[in-house]
Amino acid sequence: MSKILIIAEHAEGKLNAGVSKTVAAAKGIGGDIHIAVLAADPAGVAAEAAKLDGVAKVITVANPANANPVAAVLAPQIVELAKDGYSHVLFPGGTFGKDLAPRVAAKLDVHQVSDIMAVHSATSFDRPTYAGNAITTVEAPAGIIVATVRLASFTAVGAGNSAAVEAATVSATLPSHTRYVKLEAQKSERPDLQSAARVVSGGRALGSSENFKVVYDFADKIGAGVGASRAAVDSGYVPNDMQVGQTGKIIAPELYFAVGISGAIQHLAGIKDARTIVAINKDPEAPIFEVADFGLVGDLFQVLPEMTSKL
Amino acid sequence: MKALVSVKRVVDYNVRIQVKSDGSGVVTDGVKHSMNPFDEIAMEEAVRLKEKGKITEIIAVTIGGAKGEETLRTALAFGADRAIHIKDDGEIQPLTAAKALAAAMKKEDAKVLLCGKQAIDDDANQTAQMVASLLDIAQATFASKVEIDGDKATVVREVDAGLETLEVDLPAVISADLRLNEPRYLKLPDIMKAKKKPIETVSLGDLGVTLAAGLKTTKTAPPPSRSKGVMVKTVDELVDALKAKGLL
Ligand SMILES: Cc1cc2nc3c(=O)[nH]c(=O)nc-3n(C[C@H](O)[C@H](O)[C@H](O)COP(=O)(O)OP(=O)(O)OC[C@H]3O[C@@H](n4cnc5c(N)ncnc54)[C@H](O)[C@@H]3O)c2cc1C
Ligand SMILES: Nc1ncnc2c1ncn2[C@@H]1O[C@H](COP(=O)(O)O)[C@@H](O)[C@H]1O
Repeated sequence: MSKILIIAEHAEGKLNAGVSKTVAAAKGIGGDIHIAVLAADPAGVAAEAAKLDGVAKVITVANPANANPVAAVLAPQIVELAKDGYSHVLFPGGTFGKDLAPRVAAKLDVHQVSDIMAVHSATSFDRPTYAGNAITTVEAPAGIIVATVRLASFTAVGAGNSAAVEAATVSATLPSHTRYVKLEAQKSERPDLQSAARVVSGGRALGSSENFKVVYDFADKIGAGVGASRAAVDSGYVPNDMQVGQTGKIIAPELYFAVGISGAIQHLAGIKDARTIVAINKDPEAPIFEVADFGLVGDLFQVLPEMTSKL
Repeated sequence: MKALVSVKRVVDYNVRIQVKSDGSGVVTDGVKHSMNPFDEIAMEEAVRLKEKGKITEIIAVTIGGAKGEETLRTALAFGADRAIHIKDDGEIQPLTAAKALAAAMKKEDAKVLLCGKQAIDDDANQTAQMVASLLDIAQATFASKVEIDGDKATVVREVDAGLETLEVDLPAVISADLRLNEPRYLKLPDIMKAKKKPIETVSLGDLGVTLAAGLKTTKTAPPPSRSKGVMVKTVDELVDALKAKGLL
């Protein structure tokens, strides 16, 4: 039977929403599911993790060195934890997991499975390649499996559990070659892009950060998170953490608005799991219309304010 | 101070990927290939660091079949001083690439490895981290700004929450994100000069790398297609349609 260790992503004492989705993937594999919380003070995060349905145990590793998520510091501790008979070590597939998981896999001398989007068995998984244009089914060789989970492919589990929380001590030498300096986070009152049920993204057509106001106004009217294409980010209209796509955020909202976005494959890679896609573009030939459930040809500077006023 | 830059030959990012009908993979024959876009960015960064006098020699490295030479020539045109072709006709998975790059780092006593954050064919996003792990050295992935000062580097990283800054001791592995720089346009004289620069060919075995059993791809399928949607003519029509589906 599988014994699965999930590494908890967290910040400012809060469990990241992706962990619950990672538990959903682990339930697909089946077996004992444990969550490890490595933190300076893990208690609060561990309590949240213990509530997730399907989790048998939460393991805490308290160490001041774990105050910030530095992969080189966390990896040797996770390697030690993994040696306790685990068949799988899973990471939520955001930048935290993508940075950390390969560092663990290499230490264990195993190939890693990136971005699990479906589970066929304990050793067989689907994952996207070529910006999601080819879905490959891979079979992992014998040995421990280290993987990241593509969060947009899984639905969060319930939070009615009360799993046991156990403190662990790990004896790993931690490196001093990497020093965390700071995080500049964009504080926003809007719903988080990755968990919002509705998202409105703007593209190059917005033309300036001032013009992005029409997107924000509409998003605020419908309670949506706000994203952007790479072109809009590169042009400096919005911060980088708003980029949606192959190399930005992969999202799965109920409703997605692509406004003034042409629909390059790299952008589409980030929105394939959106339930309903609405495209607003002045070019009837724009590729975004090929994937849109609803398309409206028009000038976004007229369409968006009109939508905002009519809702 | 030497820098290694890993460059991978991949299907060009503008190509519309076709999955073979028998599910055995994607069509790569007769399809345009180029240097992985993230590796172009890594290459450009190395050249800028050399121009600033932070590094003295740039060595481009690829692991793969004979055609990898084209990619190395592109790297040499960017400004690499020389290149290493680790030749192998098999499927090179990230752990294997990482072992080869780690061995090359040691052999050259390089102080920094610049990689792309992900190859746009396998979309694995693993190799840089694995090299750092194998060598027990620092990693700074998804870099959007790199400053080297003596034996330290300060790197700004694009993470989900915003921009994170790390300070790392060299040697280190740095993986490039999209906004690190905009790669230069290659000029004909540079492409001509690149033809004369040396490429050393070695095998994985020469570097002491043995192939372990990797992931086996059992099937490749196109993504589920989305059914064709409807075009509406007016804002009112759109709002009504979304309301009718309970979406607004
Ligand atoms: C390796 C790699 C990774 C990448 N990763 C990503 C990624 O993660 N995310 C991403 O988004 N891109 C990514 N890209 C970039 C991608 O290829 C496209 O360049 C980008 O998505 C284009 O952004 P855009 O649609 O906003 O701009 P454009 O392609 O310039 O499209 C602008 C659109 O706006 C329309 N328009 C103009 N004016 C108006 C108006 N007044 N009203 C309505 N419509 C109007 C135009 O008709 C056009 O369709 C990546 C590229 C590479 C090479
Ligand atoms: N076969 C290879 N040859 C050269 N570089 C590679 C190879 N495989 C991976 N890399 C490097 O590692 C980066 C990340 O690749 P990946 O982990 O496959 O997404 C790429 O951008 C390259 O810089």
